[in-house]
Amino acid sequence: MTASGTFGFGEEYEDFIDISALGGIVVKGTTLHHREGNPYPRMAETASGMLNAVGLQNKGVDHFVNHIYPRIKHYDTGIFVNVSGSTIEEYVQTAEKLNDLEKIPGIELNISCPNVKEGGMSFGVHCPSAIAVTSAVRDVYKGHLMVKLSPNVTDVTEMARGVEGAGADSISLINTLLGMAINAEKRRPLLSTITGGLSGPCIKPVALRMVWQVYNAVKIPIIGMGGIMNATDAIEFMLAGSTAIQVGTANFIDPTISVKIIEGIKEYMQRHRITDVNSLIGGMLVD
Amino acid sequence: MKKRVELFTVTRNRRINNEYIVLYAKPDGKLPDIAPGEFVEIKVENGPNTFLRRPISIHEVNKDTNEMLLLIQEVGEGTRLLVDLQPGDKLDLIYPLGNSFTVPKHGKMLLVGGGVGVAPLLILGRRLREEGADVNFLLGARNREILMDLTDYKQYGSIGVTTEDGSAGVKGYVTDHPLLKERLKDMDRVFTCGPDAMMRAVASAAKGAGIACEVSLENMMACGFGACLCCVVETKSGNKNTCTEGPIFNIEDLKGW
Repeated sequence: MTASGTFGFGEEYEDFIDISALGGIVVKGTTLHHREGNPYPRMAETASGMLNAVGLQNKGVDHFVNHIYPRIKHYDTGIFVNVSGSTIEEYVQTAEKLNDLEKIPGIELNISCPNVKEGGMSFGVHCPSAIAVTSAVRDVYKGHLMVKLSPNVTDVTEMARGVEGAGADSISLINTLLGMAINAEKRRPLLSTITGGLSGPCIKPVALRMVWQVYNAVKIPIIGMGGIMNATDAIEFMLAGSTAIQVGTANFIDPTISVKIIEGIKEYMQRHRITDVNSLIGGMLVD
Repeated sequence: MKKRVELFTVTRNRRINNEYIVLYAKPDGKLPDIAPGEFVEIKVENGPNTFLRRPISIHEVNKDTNEMLLLIQEVGEGTRLLVDLQPGDKLDLIYPLGNSFTVPKHGKMLLVGGGVGVAPLLILGRRLREEGADVNFLLGARNREILMDLTDYKQYGSIGVTTEDGSAGVKGYVTDHPLLKERLKDMDRVFTCGPDAMMRAVASAAKGAGIACEVSLENMMACGFGACLCCVVETKSGNKNTCTEGPIFNIEDLKGW
């Protein structure tokens, strides 16, 4: 799958790849109302990664339902909508509006965005809040409910168990790590918001560790992500316990990387004489 | 034009001065049509500190030789690697990206560039001249040593030069040149590319004179094709992506210009 916020609505990549060749796409974070996002600058390059502070810029769920969905529903792939909000009520109302879209099999509940002042990550770093928002959305949303966890917590397994108990069908992790960057010459922050979300291969070891921990803590499937740049990275996430993987920042550098990763996984399976990709899930060998 | 990822081969590295080079590179197939103002995203392979691609505006294309020309200024680690590329080296490009400058068929055009911002003005000057417009370049640099080679520009129009230390042309900024101070009212359209402060000064002069002005913005971006939403600029109709809805904007559409 491709990760939310790095793949637009799929359309941005139509020139480069056949979107229907992908297992799924998670479209840009969607909220109940239109959001302009944070002021520029919203991006800073860091060692083996980047910081972003886009701040969930989007035109609101009604715009998605009425204008974007009709344009992308022909994709023969699983289209998931990443849902965010400032209050539980906003999450619930947004999810309700997505209930009846035939070609949207599920939503990814974003309780881990570090770039908004209210809501977002505040739900994902406080276990009772994570449980409350997950169960409130579960009560109204009929499709697959994936919950995206934040790495900015002391114990990610506590969150994972909490949202599993609240009715999540799967867990995706990790969202970006909270970080910052400074221009020493100018003595100024590089982002307008000072702090932002770190992504790219620099976060991969943290992400792998968290996937492994969550794999050992819950029974529902895990969609692993965090710095996946190639097929080998993707396989490592599966071996750590991911049932599926999402590719994020790598799409910016090579817009064709998602299909190359699919091919690379097939090549790995042939080389290792593996016939069922599911046998890789949690397949890390430990003495 | 359909965007693509393509491996180019460097055919020539032409040193302009201590800071600038022009890279000539060609794809295996035929170059598509390129409009003035469009840009490429170059992959720079150099370990951890050059993680993202570098957006570079297209300087010129030569249909006869199937070459694309990129003007590169050495400013950081990424561009340092690019200036060292030699014939035969590969260049991984995503292109063509962005919108393009308006190309009117007649009228007096003023093309104002500063520093490496002179790059897209060459292809723009050629296209304007081909359409029949009157082309006037105004090119600024810090000093004579890093002034762009003017030979190519001279084919398409008149040239005014400013340097901050007066070592070539008029001393001062582009806004101190008679083309902007006195003859601006004779122009039908102004195009500008360069440092933000320079473009704002040029835009302000054009606005004062009631002349249409297009600017080429250089906002930082992660992707270059509308996915990351990092390069937004505030316009009168909300945030717009510099990479897909720009980089060329009419100043009338921008907020705070």
